[in-house]
Amino acid sequence: MTGLSINSLSMRFDLPNGDHVQALQDVSLDLKAGELLSVLGPSGCGKTTLLNIVAGFLAPTSGELILNGHKVTGPDAERGMVFQQGALFEWMSVRENVGFGPSMKGTPKAEKDETVNHLLDVVGLQDFKEKAVYELSGGMQQRVALARCLANDPDVILMDEPLGALDALTREKMQSLVLKLWKETGKTIILITHSVEEALLLGERLIVMAPRPGRIHTEYRLPFADLGVDADLREVKKHPDFGPKREEILNMIWDMEEEIMGGKEDAA
Amino acid sequence: MIPLLMYVAIFVAAFFIVTKVVQGAGLKDYTSLKTVTFGDESAVRPNRAAGIISILTIFLMWGIFTGSSLLPGFLHAPGPYEGTTTFTYTAEADGQTDDATVTVVVHPREQATEAPEVDPGDGFAKNDSAAIAQWRTGLIRVDRNDELGRDAGATVVAINGEPIAPGETVSVDGGSVTLSDRGTPNFEPTKGWQMEPLYLPAPEAVWTRSLEIAGAGFRNFTLIEHLGYSLFRVVVGFLFGALVGIPLGYAMGLSDWFRGWFDPIVEFMRPVPPLALIPLVIIWAGIGEAGKIILLFLAALWIMAIAARSGVSGVKISKVHAAYSLGASKWQIMRHVIIPNSLPEIFTGARVAMGVCWGTVVAAELVAAEQGAGMMIMTASKFQNTDIVIMGIILIGVIGFGIDMLMRWAERLLVPWKGKG
Repeated sequence: MTGLSINSLSMRFDLPNGDHVQALQDVSLDLKAGELLSVLGPSGCGKTTLLNIVAGFLAPTSGELILNGHKVTGPDAERGMVFQQGALFEWMSVRENVGFGPSMKGTPKAEKDETVNHLLDVVGLQDFKEKAVYELSGGMQQRVALARCLANDPDVILMDEPLGALDALTREKMQSLVLKLWKETGKTIILITHSVEEALLLGERLIVMAPRPGRIHTEYRLPFADLGVDADLREVKKHPDFGPKREEILNMIWDMEEEIMGGKEDAA
Repeated sequence: MIPLLMYVAIFVAAFFIVTKVVQGAGLKDYTSLKTVTFGDESAVRPNRAAGIISILTIFLMWGIFTGSSLLPGFLHAPGPYEGTTTFTYTAEADGQTDDATVTVVVHPREQATEAPEVDPGDGFAKNDSAAIAQWRTGLIRVDRNDELGRDAGATVVAINGEPIAPGETVSVDGGSVTLSDRGTPNFEPTKGWQMEPLYLPAPEAVWTRSLEIAGAGFRNFTLIEHLGYSLFRVVVGFLFGALVGIPLGYAMGLSDWFRGWFDPIVEFMRPVPPLALIPLVIIWAGIGEAGKIILLFLAALWIMAIAARSGVSGVKISKVHAAYSLGASKWQIMRHVIIPNSLPEIFTGARVAMGVCWGTVVAAELVAAEQGAGMMIMTASKFQNTDIVIMGIILIGVIGFGIDMLMRWAERLLVPWKGKG
């Protein structure tokens, strides 16, 4: 079977003062190959923990993770990551960054160069390939990060707020790029974001997580990502369902935040 | 006190002249348009004119107070008295008094001069003469040729007609005369404001001596050899230190066992000044090359280990995670992520270590060495060759500065991504 199934993952760890944190409780999710899932939630709801477990950087205390029929136990090239920022290798040029994965695998140079060139065309950075990454703008750097991830041809792409540090205009352009890449490559993507709009625009599926303990609160299936593949994202935002959905999710997250604040007062 | 006041005066005068005269002639760049400069560190740039005047002032002051031949004579501070002067003394014995003249020749130290022949004159007190070097004083045994000497009860009661008693001083032309406790006049020539070459030789004297030593050598080794030995020790000691320290630092940054094991050692050794190790190293390894290199190895080792360790800790975890997700093995992560990421830190450590090593080698050579920059100035100071000492200090400073410049240049060339992560 293809796809990613997350089977009742829990994660609990001890603190030095004897307390413990239940970061995730019984999270289950099935993701078919080629689905784009966006994950929303207030801070501390465990969404980054979930992503780190899927990436293989953290081990869950119980539950398991099955990708394409085998169990995930550690990081692997089949699951690529795109980080918020600062994960590029600044000692390498744009070309070398994009070619990092193939180089590590020992891909023949000609084949690697072809992949790199193709991806640089896709993200529109062909003219910058010999530049140092720190000479690029934030948006361009994230394009490099996307291309670097795609160069390895992973089955799943995990994005940890990849557009969080970009300005509004660049962010909109990058959202279109992500949708375009998703449609063209057919990758399974898990995207973590703080922006409700972004989650709605990009997520074919969307889960809202709740904190203490971290769990899945509500799940949606949305039409906007499919619309956005061909249409301008600003047009998609005018869709009659878009506004109400955004309000609904915002209210949900607001309620959770208020609960956290209230909880803190009780504790004090 | 006077040199300090002069220095402050030049500082203030140059400030007013430069700011009034050159005002507005500078570059019209962005910073020049800032109105808030007090408190904005980025707007404070070294004033080039101040830098040039500062260096010139040092040489000017040096020249003024050493009577340098590089400066026109009118700029010199008053020098020590040189020439022939006379004063008279009045001796009293058995109720009678008699005057006699003392002729004193004050001569430069390096030029030996005999006391001149003088006519003894009349009376029981006879005329005397003496030769005294500049900056020195001389007891003048005026009674040794007198008919009635100290043994006969004669005493000096006046100089140039001014009454004087033991312990008192009378000014005379070209100096002053003090009567010693036993009644002998002691002539002290006027010293002026210049420094005695023994304490501070003139700039040109240092320069001539440098050329002389560069050609003829000092203590069986030429100048280049002395400096070369010091540099060689620094480079070899540093290389060994880096060769051991960097892998040790990496191990401490990558393995909790290594970190636990070596942390106490490194943290204890780091604050021990390498100079404090000199005695122990001499006991263990003697004063030869081995001892010096062990000392410099120890000086560089901890610095490099700590630099490499913090270089590893400085790797952003997202970079390591990204590399793992791109399929890199542990070794590939070491080679392609951790090492390049830690190079800027290692270069900073190397610069510090080279500076410490250079200071340590000079100190170690001061203590004991057959050759080297430190040995050269220490030996020279024992023989009061102040010019060699000053030359050595200047050369040590220039080389230390050169090493730092070289390291910065290498850093810019090899780790252009420093601070860009």
